[in-house]
Parts: sequence; structure tokens; C-alpha cells
Amino acid sequence: MENIKKYSITALSVLLALMWLIPLVWLVGTALTKASFNMSFLPTTPFSTENLEYVWNTIPFGRYYLNTITLVVVTFIVQFFTSTLAGYALAMYRFKGQALVIVIIFMQIIIPNDVLIIPNFMTLSELGLIDTKLGIMLPFLGSAMAIFLLRQSFKTIPRALAEAANIDGATLWQTIWQVYVPCAKMAYMSFAVISVSYHWNNYLWPLIVTNSVENRTLTVGLAYFAKSKEANMQWANVCAATLIIIAPLLLAFFILQKQFMNSFVSAGIKE
Amino acid sequence: MKSNQSLTRRKDPAWIVWALLAPSLIIMLVFTVYPVFRSIAFSFTKYRLGMDAPEFIWLDNYQRLLKSGTFNKVMVNTVVYALLTVLPSMIIGLGLALLVNRPGKQVGFIRTSYFYPSVMPMIAIASVWMFIYMAQNGLFDQVMIALGFGAQNVLSNRNTVLPAMALMYVWREAGYLMVFYLSGLQAINAEVLEAATIDGATGAKCFRHITLPLLAPTSLFVSTIAFTNSFKLADHVIIMTEGAPNNASTLLLYYIYQQGFTNLNYGLSNALTVIMLVLLLIFSLPRFFSQDRKIHYS
Repeated sequence: MENIKKYSITALSVLLALMWLIPLVWLVGTALTKASFNMSFLPTTPFSTENLEYVWNTIPFGRYYLNTITLVVVTFIVQFFTSTLAGYALAMYRFKGQALVIVIIFMQIIIPNDVLIIPNFMTLSELGLIDTKLGIMLPFLGSAMAIFLLRQSFKTIPRALAEAANIDGATLWQTIWQVYVPCAKMAYMSFAVISVSYHWNNYLWPLIVTNSVENRTLTVGLAYFAKSKEANMQWANVCAATLIIIAPLLLAFFILQKQFMNSFVSAGIKE
Repeated sequence: MKSNQSLTRRKDPAWIVWALLAPSLIIMLVFTVYPVFRSIAFSFTKYRLGMDAPEFIWLDNYQRLLKSGTFNKVMVNTVVYALLTVLPSMIIGLGLALLVNRPGKQVGFIRTSYFYPSVMPMIAIASVWMFIYMAQNGLFDQVMIALGFGAQNVLSNRNTVLPAMALMYVWREAGYLMVFYLSGLQAINAEVLEAATIDGATGAKCFRHITLPLLAPTSLFVSTIAFTNSFKLADHVIIMTEGAPNNASTLLLYYIYQQGFTNLNYGLSNALTVIMLVLLLIFSLPRFFSQDRKIHYS
């Protein structure tokens, strides 16, 4: 009886997993085989890199890759500094105005950036930052998610450690970067995973801010292609283009799946 | 909390704390706090392409919206879409979590299959599902034809376009919500369930009277995430339908985008932004009262 129950749970979960994989299997199969006139779940035409080559030569993917990687890396590095400092301040001090700071941070958590596209676009154009990479990054350089994550982690570090460093003559700056940051590796990993996946996948804001190939991201480039005349009904090409933009993150996820899922839980939000 | 009063103990001057907070705070003030007030202010103005300066019109934008058939349609769509996505993805997410809440190597693979859509951009998902839903030739219609229902062409039909998009979104969101339920399940003390089993409670009874109530804080938290996520969606509308047919798939954020960047009507799109903010605030309220908040934030 126990065994039957166990096997049926396993069977059901495997069946559902296969259902969940249908779009991915179709996407990969279609991208990597010769284009066919009829759509089929499993490929009926031979393996071919034709579609990948076609889209790689039609769309300036090299440029888009460079743009997205630049944005993701620079955003993370800046967030790393700003959030470490703010997280440390909120973990270690009690001060006048603290409640207000918490309210402001909470505001960013409940109001997703995408919702504020209109007023933020107005601000950005007044700053003269339309169609710049800095413009895409700017609203994200202070991250409530990262601050909360790091504050929580810093709080668990025994205070004696900071006091010992203080007695040994370490400055505040040294205490933060040489004592606290190394102790919070797990929190930084989570924050990196969330930040990188959010900015790799972000679409609406970069779409609005950019209007040149020089600054367009992978997601914006894919959307332009998927809606263009060249792509019309050419699902093999759209699948190939999609595969090119999702591959790095998806591969990282399949390798580090546990780390990814834990990060999403501990962040509790997608920024 | 007393141990936190190190401001005096460390003898750091008070300005230090503000210096540490400043870089993050400035960004948040400029791009989160200021735009909220800015939207409210501009929502009382007529301001569109070709005008030099906004013109104060008090509540006219809101009155116009309330009388507009399109706006009412958009609000109904937004709420219907939330209802079609939030509860189903929560229930399926919990179901998936129960199925994979056990150790083992193959379980890791199964969890991965449920979760992977969450690391794909919405725009990529929409590009793929657009073809799955394509008339006649699409995978979905092929199945429908094989089952004898005939081609549905779901994205062109005003009655099916929202449910079709909702199905796609539930597929993406359920795996994401699953991981929250997994961590909720793992926090439940195994001894409690064991004691209940010894007392003769069956699996179903255990689930209804012990597991489900203990998961209530998780569910509350998850529901706020799910509502927020559902309201902030526009990417897939841009790719799949652009609101067609006849605004049957226009959601609030897409409408904001359209009014702001296609019609260049800043007054109206800011009024819409304010309505969106009110909606988000209402559905985030449980976060402030939730016991579980401590687990996630503090």
C-alpha cells in the first residue's frame, strides 16, 4: 500500500515534469533542425544549424550580447557596493529616521519598477539619459531586495567579531569589507543570482529607454525580431533567436539549480 | 535588539549612518518615491504631445477614464487575468511542492523541470507560446483538432485570448510559487505530523487540519507576490497580441505603456499609473499584517 502510493506520486510528478518541458523541447528541437512547413512537437527534419546561422547573421546578436552583459555586470557591481553599505548601516545602527528609511525601502519592494515607466521616463529624459546604458541601469542601482538580504545576513554575524576588529584598530571601512562581507557569502550568492537573472531578462524598461542598436539589449532585440517581417511565421528562426538569448541563463540554472531556487526563496521577490 | 545600540558603543559619528545609506537612498528617492508623487501631480493635468506645459484640469482625467468603455474593459481584463492566474498558480504550486517534497536525486531533476520557466524572460516565453497558439498549425490547435474540437485560434478570439495567456502564465508562475511552498513545508515540524499520524490521523486529515493551516502565512505571502506579478505584466501582450482582438487582451500596464508611448498622452498615462499604484497597495497590504513577514524580511 505504502509502495503503491510512493510509486504513483513519482509517476505523477514525472508526468507533470514532462508536460512542463513541452515548450522547451519544442523550442530546442525546432531551433536545431531544418525549417519545416508543418509544426510538430518532435522534429521531423534533420539536424541543422541553418536557423542559428541565419538569425546570428540577420540580428546584431554580438552587439546585443555585449550590451546585456555590460548592463548585468555593471549593475551588479554597483549594487554590490551600495547595498553592502546600506545593509550594514541598517543591521548595525539604530538611528533617528530609521523607520522612514525602512518605509522607503518597502516602497521599492511593493512597487515594481515596470509600473513607474511613465514618470521615470520623464525624469530620465530631463536628465538627458534616454538611449544610454546608464539610463537603463540607474533606477536599479539601489536595490531594496539586496539591502534586506544583506542586512539579514549581517545581523547573524556575532557582534564580538566587529568589536574585536575595532579593538585591533580596524577602521569602519575595513570592518565592513574585510570582516562582514566575507562572512555573508551565501547572501551575496543569492543576491547575485537574482540580480543577474532579473537584468538578463528585463524587457519593458530597456525597450522604452533605448532606441538604437548600440544600446539595445538581447530581450529588446528578440522582440524586434519576433515582430519583424523577416520573422513572420518563421517559427524556426524565432526559436533559434530565443534559444540564443535564453541559453546562458538556462544552462547556469541547470548546473546550479539548487542555488537558484534557494536564492529566489530568500529574495522573496524579483526585485 | 539592545545589542544593536552600537552607535554609542562604536563611537561612530551619527553622519556615518547617513553616508552609508546615501547611495542607495538617493536612487530610491529619485526613482521610486519621487515618481509616485510625480504621477499623482501629473494625473491632475492635461499634458500630451505638442503641449509646451501641462495644464491643470483637476480630476478630468479620472472622470474621462471612468466614462471610457476601453478603460472599463482594461480594468475587467486586469482583474479577470489576475483571478485566472493567481489562485490556479498557487494551488498548482502547492500541489507541485507536495509532490517533490522529499529528498533524492531524481527529485532535483523534477523540481528543475517545474522551475525553469522562471529563469526565462517573459518575452522569450511569449515568442514561443505565440507559435504554440498559432491557428491550425500550432501545437495547441493540432491537439484540439486531433481531439475533435477543431481549430480554436485562441489568440484571435476575444473569449479565449485571456484564458490562453493565463494558461501560459500559470505554467511559468506555478514553479516559482512552488519553491516558496517547499520552504514552507520544510519549516513544518516533522514531529507534529508524526504525532498526528500516531493518533490515527490519515494523510488527507493531516493535510487539511495540520499542514494547510501551518502553511497559511506562506500562502498569504505568496498571494501578495502572485498578485503583484500578475498586475505588472505587459511584455507578453506586446509580443503576442498588442491588445487584440479589440482590446480583449489589453491589461492595465500595457494600457499605460500604450497611452504613454504610443499616444504620448502623459496626463492620462500618469492617472493610469496612480490607479495601478492603488491596486498594488491594496494587494500588498497583507504583507504588512502577515506574521510571516519576519521570516522573509527582518
